[in-house]
Amino acid sequence: MLSLKNWWPTPVRSLFLFLVWLLLNNSVALIHLFFGLLLAWLIPLLIHKFRLIQPGIKKPGAAMAYGLMVMWDIVIANLQVIRLVLGPNKKLRPAFVTVPLDLTDHLAITILASTVSLTPGTVSADVLPLNAEGAEPRFLLLHVLDLADEAELIEQVKQRYEAPLKEIF
Amino acid sequence: MSMTEWLVAILAVAGSLFVLMGSVALVKLPDFYTRLHGPTKATTLGLGALVLASMAYFNFVKGELSMQQLLIALFLFITAPITAHMLIKAALHLKLASAKQTSGRENAEL
Repeated sequence: MLSLKNWWPTPVRSLFLFLVWLLLNNSVALIHLFFGLLLAWLIPLLIHKFRLIQPGIKKPGAAMAYGLMVMWDIVIANLQVIRLVLGPNKKLRPAFVTVPLDLTDHLAITILASTVSLTPGTVSADVLPLNAEGAEPRFLLLHVLDLADEAELIEQVKQRYEAPLKEIF
Repeated sequence: MSMTEWLVAILAVAGSLFVLMGSVALVKLPDFYTRLHGPTKATTLGLGALVLASMAYFNFVKGELSMQQLLIALFLFITAPITAHMLIKAALHLKLASAKQTSGRENAEL
């Protein structure tokens, strides 16, 4: 059966590809519009059979708000890191911290890990399972540049980043 | 100089300073794990500012429509955390030494 779903599997992805193509060419000339449409239709059609199914974004508004908040946090995090970098090395309190995760979805965990890497003096190092047999990722291992209070940091990551992500997905 | 030119100048200088700070972090900090913080954060903001400066210059000073720079920012935001993650994972795998004052080493099985 030839349905709309078959010959145009992911409309949002197509739109995104189309926009990226136009941005790459930095032009809206007819030839680029035409090629962009062709590629935006053809690429998702060819790859949708073997892509992993990800959950959709349930609340686009919340996702936008999250994006803006992360942008702002990046600015703040940078100022903090610069202050730490310019200070003496001895004053740094680097640490490895594990943050327990409530999220189970892989895409959401990836976004959380990326956000944490870009923001407050932390780099996400690993996603650890609860125990050796447990297949579900349950802990996020972070490296912190300057740790003041472990419980506070864990709380901050959970409240500020994980909670909104739970709503979005 | 017009207002927009001032804006471009400030953004370009601020961006360069942030990137410079990222590089200083890379040289100065005590171990591999702390050094990783410089390039993941400072360069993101620094490059963001440079991208904004470039967009402001081409759109307002030169008067051409140019949005291409948005792609640089987009790809940077996607790739920077992933690179950092790959690097730190490799470091943990090789059990690279961390600075003496590092706490919570047992969490990372170091």
